Amino acid sequence: MHELPVTENILRVVLRHAEEAKAGKVISVSLRIGELSDVIDEWLQRYFDYLSKGTLAEGATLRVERMPVVFRCEGCGESFHVKIREAKDVVCPACGGGKATFVSGREFFIKAIEVI
Amino acid sequence: MADIRLIEIKEEILADNDKVAGEIRQRLRSRQVFMVNLMASPGGGKTSLIIQTLRELKDHFRTAVIEGDIDSMVDAEKVAQQGIPAVQLRTGGACHLDAVMIEMALREVDLYALDLIIIENIGNLVCPAEFDTGAVRNAMILSVPEGDDKPLKYPLMFTVCDALVVNKIDYLAMADFDMKVLRERVLKLNPKIRIFEVSCRTGEGIPAWIEWLKDEVMNFKK
Repeated sequence: MHELPVTENILRVVLRHAEEAKAGKVISVSLRIGELSDVIDEWLQRYFDYLSKGTLAEGATLRVERMPVVFRCEGCGESFHVKIREAKDVVCPACGGGKATFVSGREFFIKAIEVI
Repeated sequence: MADIRLIEIKEEILADNDKVAGEIRQRLRSRQVFMVNLMASPGGGKTSLIIQTLRELKDHFRTAVIEGDIDSMVDAEKVAQQGIPAVQLRTGGACHLDAVMIEMALREVDLYALDLIIIENIGNLVCPAEFDTGAVRNAMILSVPEGDDKPLKYPLMFTVCDALVVNKIDYLAMADFDMKVLRERVLKLNPKIRIFEVSCRTGEGIPAWIEWLKDEVMNFKK
């Protein structure tokens, strides 16, 4: 739902770096986004296409690398991925333990851009 | 044809917002004003909890409320009726409040004359979780009719909050809501979160929540 302001932020950062690099055109934007984030890739691209019209980034492709949600088992220490929205519960695949702590999956950053 | 160059960026997408949020927190720190960001679904009980809370705390602290309701003045009016200054942000169709909007609201209040500000964020468990408002603490309400599965559906929200108020516990007898399961699910996502079981309607459990908030404000001002 909040893809529009998120995309505005992405475009601002991308254009700043593209201008600093004296680029002629931005070809692609690589993002790293954790599975905990609810942003929808298709909407990011659609808003990006709309907002970037007439800028150096017009026509650039967004590449979203999704980072898994990782929990660590408090029983055996195993780190494991969880499909959080599909899972009914968080259970350690190694020992079957039910006590686990959230480790990562909240990434939300711009990795790199490709320019010519 | 020109060569394609790769430029490493490694910048947070919301870096601009995070920067403003950091500046707000710094200003609050220097003025000794505690700000809590209250988030919940529509109908979760944000306004009710705020009114209950302020009724109790207005004798202890100088308070104000920032209202982020989508397009009406209803909540701000309810709060103002309690004799508490309320700043209404007219957010149109926005789905969340961000640090820039909060900064605008803070211009409307005298920070030297306040101890506690409560932000009533926009009713939504998704978007507000992503945007730092500059608040010192984040709190959320989950109401019993919404279901105990919400930590799995909206996990980000549960990871960013310092306190969870489970409201409408007077509905527990009528709902398939397992408090034990809810607690387990929430604590796995966020082992540090404080959980309060309350009913804004009956007043049950409200004192523990107020006590927590009071302690937080006092510790902040020390």
